[in-house]
Amino acid sequence: MLADKDRIFTNLYGFQDWGLKAAQARGDWDDTKSLIARGHDAIIEEIKTSGLRGRGGAGFPTGLKWSFMPKESKDGRPSFLVINADESEPGSCKDREIIRHDPHKLIEGALVAGYAMRARAAYIYIRGEYIREAEVLQKAIDEAYDAGLIGKNAAKSGYDFDVFLHRGAGAYICGEETAMIESLEGKKGQPRLKPPFPAGAGLYGCPTTVNNVESIAVVPTILRRGGEWFAGFGREGNAGTKLFQISGHVEKPCVVEEEMSIPFKDLIEKHCGGITGGWDNLLAVIPGGSSVPLVPAEQIMDCPMDFDGLKEVGSGLGTAAVIVMDKSTDIVRAISRISYFYKHESCGQCTPCREGTGWMWRVMERLRVGQSSREEIDMLYEVTKQVEGHTICALGDAAAWPIQGLLKHFRPELERRIDEHAEFTKEAAE
Amino acid sequence: MPNVTVDGTEIEVPEGATVLQACELAGKEIPRFCYHERLSIAGNCRMCLVEVKPGPPKPQASCALPATEGQEIRTDSEMVKKAREGVMEFLLINHPLDCPICDQGGECDLQDQAMAYGRGYTRYDENKRAVTEKYMGPLIKTIMTRCIHCTRCVRFSEEVAGVDEIGALYRGENMQITTYLEQAAEHELSANVIDLCPVGALTSRPYAYEARPWELKKTLSIDVSDAMGSNITLCSRGREVLRVLPRINDEVNEEWITDKARYQVDGLQRRRLDKVFLRKRGKLVEGSWDEAFKAIAKAKPGKSIAAIAGDMVDCETMFAAKALVKASGSDLVESRQTGMDYPTGNLAAVNFNTSFAEIENADAVLIVGSNLRTEAALLNVRIRKAVKRGAKVFVVGPEWETTYPAEFLGDDVSVLGKLPKAVTDAFKDAERPALILGAGGLAAGAYDSALGLVETLGLVKDGWNGFNVVHTAAARMGALMLGFAQDGGIADIAKAKPKLVLALGADEVDWEPFADSLKVYIGHHGDKGAHAADIILPAASYAEKPGSYVNTEGRVQFADKAVFAPGDAREDWTILRALADALKVKVGFDNFAQLRAAMTEEVPALAVEGLADYGSLPKTGKAAKAEGKIAYPIADFYLTNPIARASTTMQRCSAELIHGEDVREAAE
Repeated sequence: MLADKDRIFTNLYGFQDWGLKAAQARGDWDDTKSLIARGHDAIIEEIKTSGLRGRGGAGFPTGLKWSFMPKESKDGRPSFLVINADESEPGSCKDREIIRHDPHKLIEGALVAGYAMRARAAYIYIRGEYIREAEVLQKAIDEAYDAGLIGKNAAKSGYDFDVFLHRGAGAYICGEETAMIESLEGKKGQPRLKPPFPAGAGLYGCPTTVNNVESIAVVPTILRRGGEWFAGFGREGNAGTKLFQISGHVEKPCVVEEEMSIPFKDLIEKHCGGITGGWDNLLAVIPGGSSVPLVPAEQIMDCPMDFDGLKEVGSGLGTAAVIVMDKSTDIVRAISRISYFYKHESCGQCTPCREGTGWMWRVMERLRVGQSSREEIDMLYEVTKQVEGHTICALGDAAAWPIQGLLKHFRPELERRIDEHAEFTKEAAE
Repeated sequence: MPNVTVDGTEIEVPEGATVLQACELAGKEIPRFCYHERLSIAGNCRMCLVEVKPGPPKPQASCALPATEGQEIRTDSEMVKKAREGVMEFLLINHPLDCPICDQGGECDLQDQAMAYGRGYTRYDENKRAVTEKYMGPLIKTIMTRCIHCTRCVRFSEEVAGVDEIGALYRGENMQITTYLEQAAEHELSANVIDLCPVGALTSRPYAYEARPWELKKTLSIDVSDAMGSNITLCSRGREVLRVLPRINDEVNEEWITDKARYQVDGLQRRRLDKVFLRKRGKLVEGSWDEAFKAIAKAKPGKSIAAIAGDMVDCETMFAAKALVKASGSDLVESRQTGMDYPTGNLAAVNFNTSFAEIENADAVLIVGSNLRTEAALLNVRIRKAVKRGAKVFVVGPEWETTYPAEFLGDDVSVLGKLPKAVTDAFKDAERPALILGAGGLAAGAYDSALGLVETLGLVKDGWNGFNVVHTAAARMGALMLGFAQDGGIADIAKAKPKLVLALGADEVDWEPFADSLKVYIGHHGDKGAHAADIILPAASYAEKPGSYVNTEGRVQFADKAVFAPGDAREDWTILRALADALKVKVGFDNFAQLRAAMTEEVPALAVEGLADYGSLPKTGKAAKAEGKIAYPIADFYLTNPIARASTTMQRCSAELIHGEDVREAAE
């Protein structure tokens, strides 16, 4: 269990004030100037050493991502940092806690990370529904400006850096990095084709890096305590501490900072007071937010909660939004509801996702009541395969995976419903 | 130049090519819907998926992927086949499959590609999506349930036309293509989205349910509705031209035509002159050819004969008329109906010298007295491209909506004598400066001062001639090449008081000064010219006779005959030849081949298709001062010529798109 001294988010629960004074008392903005004085490349190296992987879901090494940014502007274009606070993944709520209670960690991280990648400014794209959070963050940004921590000669480092807050309008797809850039530019939030990657041509055609809130907020602490310290947590390749958001059928749902690679059972026992109705009552877990496949109880128990560990059981860490479902859950209905979510949130730009998500949801709705046939289960699987990997962005994959997880682990349940329904209609007909 | 392997064959592709282009170079067909050569890459239909190594283990959209050295591309693997089948299935599940009642049938990309790459059976048991029709104006008919959301139409209106008229509403499977608030698409090129639409979602409203593509005879022709010389295909069945489609010619019209070029053809069936008419006691009554010729001979014009050509006449007709006038001993010929009298001695000075294709590379453009959107809409598209590449544009004349950033310098041509600093600075730094003098400028007398600017602004450079004139009449350059002009314009002819005036489809002439002349109208529509005439000889329209046309950049192009002229109407040259007999003069040709031979002997440039060489610009002294307000010649884009004025479609466009605002306001 993570020791209190090793926590990065020391005001995660809002027991203290979020304001600048309180944040400084907790160690934020402590000699930020000297962090910046280390130089662009030294910071990136430190982050590479720390083994930090992107906290937004894909888990791409953060230091490596920053190193793709141009070292100097050959044509006068500035670089930008875009911070993804459009936390719309069902089950995910970590960025909300950070912004609510520790906004200065994010702003300081924006400055340091922005400096490391030679960005001119940071745009924080916050989810439209986070109204109070946006207010807090804006106040924190104003505080930081007033204290001279950002803006001209930010934190007396000699580096000019601006932070802008932009509120989204509630589309899930705007959490995709290129769709977010489109939306920031004032266009319809639709993902762009890659290449060119944002590091080459992103916001307003300028080199851009898009990072998750958590990835940025942990940066100052990593630099202060050293990359080695951060790398000391978790298994090889899955370094650091992580905010886990446990929801669903546990005694005490919570957001908690824990060491990476903590076994699932430990995570639940220590922080959530166990599963409702005891461990035998556990049905399945969606370990990383709605877009990853579910994992049945017996496989998740001892699984280390990290990128590689969950990949081995055919799922993913995602945003570490752990959705726990006990045996009272109608699992088919649960996945069908997720399916509806993706149908609703598909941007409609490319064919497989636009047409496929609706199709998959409709079949799921029929499977829910068993109004289907066994062959249709195979067809549904094929349809998910036709969507997966054929789209511009990852929403197609995200729509396909939960269904694939269901088909893989709960096929007998689906077949039972189909048979039951067939039996029922047969009887009714007689 | 990267080398790539496509299905095992190694080829070299040009720098910057995409994988799709590489596959095409290797002779592989890649199915696609959203990709179009002249539009930006959207990559959203996902039909063009191919397998590419190195790369992720999933199929890649070839239209958006750059071809790089050493790529191994497979278009025939199992993965690609499955991917195509999958995407095709998705496209079809919500497509109504109403091909039998769809106007796109027979020329539908979805139909063709579904045959080639689809599975041939359906697994979709749910209800299909239905989408309400959207109103897009009098030209575009929508059946939006058929839409596959390729966004070609959206990209066309944004990128090529330069107006944000069409866009997508909502998201996911509820996404709908529509115009803003379902207003009519008002752009002059709007109907090109019908050609771009790969399915039957956007079809032609006037042509709805008229014919199937395989019933149509296709004739290569040239558009005469403006002086661009757009290459078109006339699609006809029986004696009727049913529709017009653009032909691809990168030098001229790329792949687009104006709505007028496309839709004025229904005017070929209406208000036609299909009989000979003679004015008797002030009224036009039907007559015979014989009667008409006798009446003309009775006038005994002798040398007192003149010919005035209209805006849509072909070179052959004008040559035949000139030959007749000349044989009678006169030289009174003119084609500038509205009274313009700029010098025509040096053709380079009245030509679009830069050429349409090259004007895209201009970096500073000064437009003098031309509303390009109404006078040469396709040229405006080119200038828009130049602006996208960084060109600065200045306009002298009343303001119009340019679709690109442009600075207006007032509507008095005197500004040419004292150009603002912004203009001179822009032209000083320009490597490829261009001046475009329009009909409005010519009418306001800006010819000399514009020519004077050649020196001042440095318009002529090595391999670059930036002096351009834009005409509005398809016949103009041909007429000028044939010497069909007087020094003093039409006023000279009026002064000569000819006994006989031959009006060759001349409908814009002020006939007041010709009250004493015998006016013989040789044309195809009962328009202003026919109303004023004493004798009407029915002739053929551009669709009903072969002929050559010279566009405003001096490009000689040939058009074929698509259908026969109605009733008693004859091809123009035959009428003029018969008239020569009636007047007892010899014109020196008895058939069309002889006519052409005589014409090309006199003007050899007319024998070769392509740009004519007019030599260099005339030397000018000090820039002459000009003064006067510019007024644009075209008030109503849709009703500029007799065919368009007879066309119900064009009338509807005019009423709704140009005068609709007034009507709505009056209603309020």
